[in-house]
Amino acid sequence: MKQLITFIRKEFLHVFRDRKTLLMLFGLPIAQIILFGFALSNEIKDSRIAIVDYSKDATTTQLISKIEASNYFDIQRTLATANDLNNAFKKGNIKMAIIFPANFGSDLTHTGNATLQVIADASDPNQATTITNYFNQIVADYNTSLAGSPSAAGTAGAATAQPMQIIPEMQMLYNPELRGAPNFVPGVMALVLMLVCTMMTSVSIVKEKELGTMEILLVSPFKPIYIIISKLAPNLIISIVNLFIILLLSYFFLDLPVKGSVLLLVTASTLFILTSLSIGLLLSINAKTQQAAMMGSLMGMMLPTMLLTGFLFPIENMPLPLQVFSNLVPSRWYFIIVKRVMLKGLGLTAVWKEILILSGMCLLLFAISLRKFKIRLQ
Amino acid sequence: MPTVITTDKLTKRFGAFIAANELTFEVEKGEIFGFLGANGAGKTTAMRMLCGLLSPSSGAATVAGFDVYTQTEKIKQNIGYMSQKFSLYDDLTVSENIRFYAGIYGMSIPAIKTKTTQLLEELQLQKEAKTLVKELPLGWKQKLAFSVSIVHDPSIVFLDEPTGGVDPVTRRQFWDLIYAAADKGVTIFVTTHYMDEAEYCNRVSIMVDGVISALDSPAKLKEQYNAHNMEDVFYELARNAKRKAD
Repeated sequence: MKQLITFIRKEFLHVFRDRKTLLMLFGLPIAQIILFGFALSNEIKDSRIAIVDYSKDATTTQLISKIEASNYFDIQRTLATANDLNNAFKKGNIKMAIIFPANFGSDLTHTGNATLQVIADASDPNQATTITNYFNQIVADYNTSLAGSPSAAGTAGAATAQPMQIIPEMQMLYNPELRGAPNFVPGVMALVLMLVCTMMTSVSIVKEKELGTMEILLVSPFKPIYIIISKLAPNLIISIVNLFIILLLSYFFLDLPVKGSVLLLVTASTLFILTSLSIGLLLSINAKTQQAAMMGSLMGMMLPTMLLTGFLFPIENMPLPLQVFSNLVPSRWYFIIVKRVMLKGLGLTAVWKEILILSGMCLLLFAISLRKFKIRLQ
Repeated sequence: MPTVITTDKLTKRFGAFIAANELTFEVEKGEIFGFLGANGAGKTTAMRMLCGLLSPSSGAATVAGFDVYTQTEKIKQNIGYMSQKFSLYDDLTVSENIRFYAGIYGMSIPAIKTKTTQLLEELQLQKEAKTLVKELPLGWKQKLAFSVSIVHDPSIVFLDEPTGGVDPVTRRQFWDLIYAAADKGVTIFVTTHYMDEAEYCNRVSIMVDGVISALDSPAKLKEQYNAHNMEDVFYELARNAKRKAD
């Protein structure tokens, strides 16, 4: 036991001496959150739009102020006629234009139907779809508020781009504002934990082999299992610290609290961390140099994690062989657990299957690497 | 003098390949025993069996009185080891390295402290106690590595080409340390490629193709092979080798 503490202490010294790696270890989750949270967002904010209002009545004023209030749109100017729109679009000044025809308000009050025109720059089709959707949402909200006030009961279901008899009532569950954060935070968690555990573990073991210190350790009475435990301990702790950093960042800066049980989330994360550590151990047994270990974890682990976890590309749309293969990627299951527990607030009953799969992977990988590690010593 | 290593027809086979064939020798306490041979002659295999890292195929051997088949843990407790590869941690300080290696042999904290002070004094490294090992010159590192390999007072220390890549002056100083350790009763089991170092040993064994083909003091070997120095003796024996170096 005393020997084990000596060894673990040494491992921590290695970690703290290597300032660059340390910075990377703790900087990585922060950088990822900032990158995905603020730079690589798939939300489109402050789209520049123009408004042409031929009606200028109470209804259009209300709608315009609603558009202004949302942070999705930035009203560049209010034009008197639609003739100037073409120029503005061509110059790229605006992404979308909204035209209220004359008598928009009175049409709405009297007939219960009013039409407005939305023109979007569809040179980037995704962007065009997204921002028109944002606008539809605003109009739909306005409709609902009209329906809610008894005085205007007759006007319900008006004022959409096209007059419709059936109005679909859409509800975006768990993420009504369609923010990007709920999708990428679980993804970043999977990525960071995978990277730290797998790469750091394999590199630190291979380093001993390269230095020749592994031979000395094997000749000493120190037990091989202790070597493994001491190698895993610092990475386990660093990973758990990283996990909390990510959770705190997303709570305070991305407004994304853990809706379910924190204990369940941490338990599942620890399971995922242990799985990744075992993979690192396995990699270290086959790698001869630190570079090989590094490349192995980057190519062998990062790529499948990025592609097959489901947070960048939906797995359902992949070809069948890849879909089948994605089942072998531990982060895929972890991603599902985090989404369910953190975003939907579900409990153990919703994730027990995934936890079982992860536990199985963890045990299997650890058993294999332990066995292989011992064989090498013979 | 009591013997500390005894082998009797110690053999290791890897499939059809016999890496070490019926090695029989004894090493006495406090002796400096040179273990010579070309690359691939079977030195490392023999050494690994004696260190308890490799289980022999047949034959018998005891190291520090413990059996190489059944008491490897006891053997590990009683031997020191230093390899050709440099084996201290660069990013730890001198005293942290000492503390670590003493610690994994289960030494108590007060014992480690006394030993550290004593060691630093012997090596005149007191001022460098808190220096990172990577900042030390190679010669100092090598001497420190040797001292660390015997920090737990083993009865035998195995040195696997300990002076590879070191300048002649440092090598000489390194051998002074080896002599000092041998004087204290530590048995030195050393492999080397430098024939001048073979001259420093009390007795030398030369392995060719997995077999010990000569074993005696350097003086007697020179007489026997009618040679001026150990280099000629070694060449005389090793040139008949059939095995290729691995």
